[in-house]
Amino acid sequence: MHPAPSVILFTVLSGLGFGFLAFLGAGLVLPQPGLNALLLWGLGYGLAVGGLMASTFHLGNPRRAWRAFSQWQSSWLSREAWASLAALLALAPVALSDLLGLGWPRGFGLVGTGLALITVATTSMIYTQLKTIPRWNHWTTPLMFVTFALAGGAILAGQTGIALPLLVVLALALLAHWQFGDRRFAEVGASLATATGLGHIGALSVFEPAHTADNYLLREMIYVVGRKHVQKLRVIALICTVMLPAVLLSLGQGLPFVALALLCHLAGAFAARWLFFAQAEHVVGLYYGKR
Amino acid sequence: MTMLPASTERQLGLAIDLDTCVGCQACVTACKGWNDQGQGGPLSDQDPYGADPSGTFLNRVHSYQVQPAEGTAKIINFPRSCLHCQDAPCVPVCPTGASYKRAEDGIVLVNAAACIGCGLCAWACPYGARELDAAAGVMKKCTLCVDRIYNENLPEIDREPACVRTCPTGARHFGDFSDPDSKVSRLSADRGGYALMPEMATRPTNRYLPPRAKDAASTASPLAPLLDIQASGFAGWLDKVLGKI
Ligand code: SF4
Ligand code: SF4
Repeated sequence: MHPAPSVILFTVLSGLGFGFLAFLGAGLVLPQPGLNALLLWGLGYGLAVGGLMASTFHLGNPRRAWRAFSQWQSSWLSREAWASLAALLALAPVALSDLLGLGWPRGFGLVGTGLALITVATTSMIYTQLKTIPRWNHWTTPLMFVTFALAGGAILAGQTGIALPLLVVLALALLAHWQFGDRRFAEVGASLATATGLGHIGALSVFEPAHTADNYLLREMIYVVGRKHVQKLRVIALICTVMLPAVLLSLGQGLPFVALALLCHLAGAFAARWLFFAQAEHVVGLYYGKR
Repeated sequence: MTMLPASTERQLGLAIDLDTCVGCQACVTACKGWNDQGQGGPLSDQDPYGADPSGTFLNRVHSYQVQPAEGTAKIINFPRSCLHCQDAPCVPVCPTGASYKRAEDGIVLVNAAACIGCGLCAWACPYGARELDAAAGVMKKCTLCVDRIYNENLPEIDREPACVRTCPTGARHFGDFSDPDSKVSRLSADRGGYALMPEMATRPTNRYLPPRAKDAASTASPLAPLLDIQASGFAGWLDKVLGKI
């Protein structure tokens, strides 16, 4: 799959934003009224909403994006739209209370925490539901998305005690996603033989392409460049997302450590998310003799 | 509405004969020609006469080579377009309701006015049947020429999809697969018509008819008796004279 920058930005940033909002909602970070609350809640909302905005750049007709709310009964993309709106609304009174030091009860906060995590899960289901992309069509996809959000949120919240175990889970989730993912295409069993139904005659190969020029399918779903450095990128992603932040957070508390840990984590998250797309093979590639 | 209908009254689709398809691309051209001005609006091209052309098509014809265990390789031409699946995965993923399957005849369509161009339906289709129109920013796909098959302004002979109407070898057949006695149902039953990528569980309507087994070429030439003629008479004399020169 084509690793569109807008979608990579969207999934990484909004995942981090909703993860952080989950911590704020649950009261695991208690901002001081005033500027401190404004900055922290602003950061959470900014990341979450900014990510959602980035995702609309991927649309052919962003002006109609509101229509995406209509099909929640069947579509995970639609459910994601509702979940994100609900999470942002549910957390608003808690943010207001923190901002003005009103001390309102935090009931809405816990609901918002749940909704924020559900939002990340719905995002991951958009990918997980696709049988056509065997690597994504696996339970490790939602696991990886949700642990990314939680671990990123914990780093941003400066909660070393929570962040360290979450980073371990994230490392395991990434390893599992890669390990299972590498076998998924073969497991599903799609091949040029099943795609054409001609396998019983003999060994199949592409004789002539259907078209000599480029098309949407080749650009969007048959992305074959840049898989060469997969193993190196995986190691880099693991070191940056998990190990460096874990070391930095263990070394000390305070803003510089958190900021540095977060930067490393984000860099690794972008690498991992780029791999998530670039390595995903769509079965339509079979018709073109490419995967 | 992007819930799939529980069942459809009819199940219109195509039977595509891989035995007769010669890969002439006439259906590709006819499809583009009709649908450029049809139900889904124009099918845009980008840089059509330039160095890097690209365009939106609803039907593409591939060519595969298949090498049997014995004998020579065969070329099989392979048209690929929407199969109007009964469990169409492209429909429920659509967030806007733009993608839908009609309960009356099973045709899968996109309402261009509601499509946001998110591309998710194209991701969900195993067969590459959907292409995003780069100019309009909306998804385009085969409509089974819904604006021809019911069109009473056209002569009756033209009320079938443009690809079927144009195919010079009669390799494409249009009809109702829910009726076991329809032409396409019988053709598919007789010829062992099959669905593509059954492992994707889409239950396609369209059927592909496999290439027939070719006769084995006889090693003895039917002209063999004629090759060994002993010339006699005038021809024999000529043969001798010419042989001496
Ligand atoms: S062939 Fe593709 S676009 Fe057509 S109905 Fe099936 S899944 Fe949908
Ligand atoms: S591209 Fe259009 S038709 Fe396809 S899923 Fe998105 S909104 Fe629906």
